[in-house]
Amino acid sequence: MIAQRAAEKLKERFPDSVLSVSEFREQLLVQVETSAIRDVCLFLRDDEELQFDMAIDVLGADRLVVESTSEKADYINDPFDRQIRSKKQEISMNERFEVIYVLYSNKHKEYVRLKVRVAESGQKVPSVAQVWKSANWAEREAYDMFGIEFEGHPDLRRVYMPEYFEHFPLRKDFPLMGIPGSLPLPDKQ
Amino acid sequence: MEKRSIGMGLEKTMSDSFITTKVNEAIRWCQKNSVWPQPMGISCCAIEMMAFASSRFDVSRFGSEVFRFSPRQADLMIVAGTTTYKMAHVVRKIYDQMPDPKWVIAMGVCTSSGGMYRTYSVVQGIDQFIPVDVYVGGCPPRPDNLINALMMIQKKIEREGSKEHHQAQPIYLDQPPTISV
Repeated sequence: MIAQRAAEKLKERFPDSVLSVSEFREQLLVQVETSAIRDVCLFLRDDEELQFDMAIDVLGADRLVVESTSEKADYINDPFDRQIRSKKQEISMNERFEVIYVLYSNKHKEYVRLKVRVAESGQKVPSVAQVWKSANWAEREAYDMFGIEFEGHPDLRRVYMPEYFEHFPLRKDFPLMGIPGSLPLPDKQ
Repeated sequence: MEKRSIGMGLEKTMSDSFITTKVNEAIRWCQKNSVWPQPMGISCCAIEMMAFASSRFDVSRFGSEVFRFSPRQADLMIVAGTTTYKMAHVVRKIYDQMPDPKWVIAMGVCTSSGGMYRTYSVVQGIDQFIPVDVYVGGCPPRPDNLINALMMIQKKIEREGSKEHHQAQPIYLDQPPTISV
């Protein structure tokens, strides 16, 4: 399994930056220090043995309200228990967002996932658009939907929403039907 | 007595307005049998719109086979698909480029009311920014129902001619055969 080998190598090479390695349904996820993400990505791409030469996707995630790990088991057992639900904790604002990198090695035909956490404001994620060209638009999408800023991105503009739009629609605190007046329609004469 | 009454009747029908009405009717007859659609195929409803145009359902039976990709040559805009706020400006611009008289069919539930996309990015009904003549339900509507909508447009032209259409009453279509005008 080249993903496990990648995790080992990362631990060896970046002992301070690899925060955790976890597995879910045989999918390996490595949590990395935010400031180190570009170096980690370059290492994974350029290492002779690993060759993760393709970024399938770069995703954003908003974890405004989640359950803590100890309560997670109860929550999975009974997701509709209101008491457990009310125990859900508000995530501290300096770890509100997550950026998840899904990488693929064409040599080994295998995936590995990286994850970094970002503060709500003031913190930027180093861009990997120079590492993989496909990350360019994926990062723009994460910026468009969540407002996560990528440092060193060549062209950080919105992708889906109009450029004058001021909000970030996939944030958990954004109302489903939008903010009235934020997206003007043409006049019906 | 009898002769006089016939004379009066003829006078009434053969008055100056006779020719004018006839010309209007002739124009309406021409218009309704040559409605050239502008296909605003924004998403999946456009597939059914293509079926509506091609041989199996064959809209040329109604004189509307000439799909015009230039809005300046079209009379009828078929808005087929989910209209987002970003797309609304394009739809309106194309609608404005069509010469009068013009008609609009809102095809499918997304176009008519937002449909299943009850979300921030989708306009909850295109009648918020353009006047609509016929709303067609369905996701997507069958081509039969779109043909029915076209027939409604034809009846509307026959009845109202080329008057400013956004003043006229819109028609709502849920099922193809039962709705009368």
